[in-house]
Amino acid sequence: MSNNNEVKMTAWEKVELARNPKRKTSLDYVEKIFDEFIELHGDRNFKDDKAIVCGLASIDGQSYTVIAEQKGRTTKENIERNFGMPNPESYRKAVRFMKQAEKFNRPIITFVDTKGAYPGIGAEERGQGEAIAKSIFEMARVRVPTVAIVVGEGSSGGALAISVADKIIMLENAIYSILSPEGYSSILWKDSSRSKEAAEKMKLTAEDLYEFKVIDKIIAEPKEVDNFAFEKITEEIKNEIMNTISELKKKGTEKLLEERYSKYRNMGEFIRL
Amino acid sequence: MLVDQIKKRKESAKKNTANIDIPIGKWLKCDGCKEIVYKDDVRSNLNICPNCGHYFRMHIGRRLELIIDEGTYARFDFNIDTTNPLELEDYKKKLNALREKTGLEEAVSAGTGKINGEQVVICVMDSGFLMGSMGIVVGEKITYAIEKAIEMKLPFVMFSVSGGARMQEGIMSLMQMAKTVSALTKLDEAGLLYISVLTDPTYGGVTASFASLGDIIIAEPKAMIGFAGQRVIEQTIGESLPEGFQTAEFLLEHGFIDKIVERRELKDTLSKLIKLNKKEE
Ligand SMILES: [Zn+2]
Repeated sequence: MSNNNEVKMTAWEKVELARNPKRKTSLDYVEKIFDEFIELHGDRNFKDDKAIVCGLASIDGQSYTVIAEQKGRTTKENIERNFGMPNPESYRKAVRFMKQAEKFNRPIITFVDTKGAYPGIGAEERGQGEAIAKSIFEMARVRVPTVAIVVGEGSSGGALAISVADKIIMLENAIYSILSPEGYSSILWKDSSRSKEAAEKMKLTAEDLYEFKVIDKIIAEPKEVDNFAFEKITEEIKNEIMNTISELKKKGTEKLLEERYSKYRNMGEFIRL
Repeated sequence: MLVDQIKKRKESAKKNTANIDIPIGKWLKCDGCKEIVYKDDVRSNLNICPNCGHYFRMHIGRRLELIIDEGTYARFDFNIDTTNPLELEDYKKKLNALREKTGLEEAVSAGTGKINGEQVVICVMDSGFLMGSMGIVVGEKITYAIEKAIEMKLPFVMFSVSGGARMQEGIMSLMQMAKTVSALTKLDEAGLLYISVLTDPTYGGVTASFASLGDIIIAEPKAMIGFAGQRVIEQTIGESLPEGFQTAEFLLEHGFIDKIVERRELKDTLSKLIKLNKKEE
C-alpha cells in the first residue's frame, strides 16, 4: 500500500503525521470530494457544537448526508471548534442527521478526525457518555448505507460514535485507537511520557486495523501531501464513496443491516477453552 | 451441574474476595468514614458500612445473592478466552492470576435467574477483575446475553461497574462498544425491557455504550458515574471539580438516570418495574 520509495514509518511517526496541524481537515476533503455541500446546524436542543459539521452533499446527482469531525485550520477556527473535540451536542446533532438521512433514504458519509470527545464539566453535565452511546446505537441501526472515512486522528469513543459503518476507509497515515498513546500509557503504565512506546504497542495504524478487519480499505498517501497528491487522494476517496455506496444500495436494506450486524457481532476473535 | 459450578465458584470467591468487598482478615477499613469495621457486620448489612452507610463494592457472587432468588441462577457457559490482540507480554498471565484470585472467569458473569419470581437475563460486572474493564470476552458475554434475552423473550438486566474499555486489548475493546450496542438495537426492536443498573464506579466506554442505553437506568446512591475520568478533566480544564461532580445524585439532577435506589430496595424495585412493564398478551 505504501509508496515503494519511502521507508516504512514507525507508528509514532504516523501519530505525528495524523496530528500535524498542517494536515488536511475533514472539511478540506468534503469541499473537494462533493459537487456541492450545504452545512446545516444545531442539535435542536441546546446549541450548535462546531466540532462536528453536518450537512447535505451530492456527487453526480446522488445526495448524501455528511457528518464530519472538524479540527480548525487556524488558531481561531481551532478555538471555535474546540480543537475537534466534540461536546455532547455534536453527537446529538449527528444523530439528528442520521435520522433525517433514513427518512429521506440518503446514504451517510462520515469523516473521522478527533483526539476524543471533550472531557469537561459541561460535557459531563450534559451527558457525554449518553450522547456517544446514542450515536453508536443510531449508526448500528440506521436503515441506509453508511461509509466512514478516518482522515486523521480516530481516538476513543469520540471517534467510534460516528464510525460504526458498513464500510470503513482509512487514509494510510491516519490512526485509529482506543485512546491517545499518551492516555494509554498513562492508564496502563501510570506514565504518560511513554507515549511513543505505547504507539508501537497499540496497533493503531491503517495496516494494523486492516489486519484486524476493523477497516475495509486503505487509501495510500505520501508523507508530504502537496496539491497534486491531495488531488489524487480526494479523487480516490470520491470513487470509493461512489462505488461502495452503489454496491451497498444493491444489497437492499435487510441484507445491508444483517451484514452490518454480523460484522460487529464478530468483532473480536476469542479462543474456546 | 451448572448449580454445582456456581456453588464451587461462590466458595472459591468467598475465600478470595480480597480487596473487592472484604479484605483478608476480620476487619476492614471503610472508605466512607475511614473507620475500621468488622467484616461480618458489613456483609450482614448488604455490604454497607454499619457505621456511615458507605456502599462497598461487591463480588459478582454476592451481588447475585442479593438480587436473584435463591437457586434460580443459571450461568451461561462460555469457557472462552481473549486472543490477546496486542500480543502484550504478561497479559494472559495477569488474567490467569486474577482468575485464581477472584474465582471469576472474567469481569462479567451472564445468566438467567428470577427476581422475586420474574425471569430475567442478567449480567453482573465485577470491579475486582481489571476494574471491570471491557475487552473481547466481556463484550462477547454481554452480547450473547442480550441475544439470549431476545431469543427467550425476557427482560435484560445489566449491573455495570467498570473503568471502561480495556486498554490491554486496544482497538478490539473499543469495538466491543459497537458490538454490545448493536445487540441492544435488536433487543429494542424486539420490544423487550432493558434495565441498566449503574454501580460505583461506571466510566468511559461502558458509560458511552450499553450502560447509558437502558429503557430504565437506575443507580446506587453516591455511585461515581461518568464518561471522562476526573483526573483527565482536571488536567484538561486546569481547575478542580465541583463537589458531588459525577455522582449518581449529579446524574439524576441532570436528567441522565431515572432513579437512585438504595441497595436494600433494589431487588424489589427491579421486580416491580419488570411487572409494570409487562405487555398485554
Ligand atoms: Zn463507613
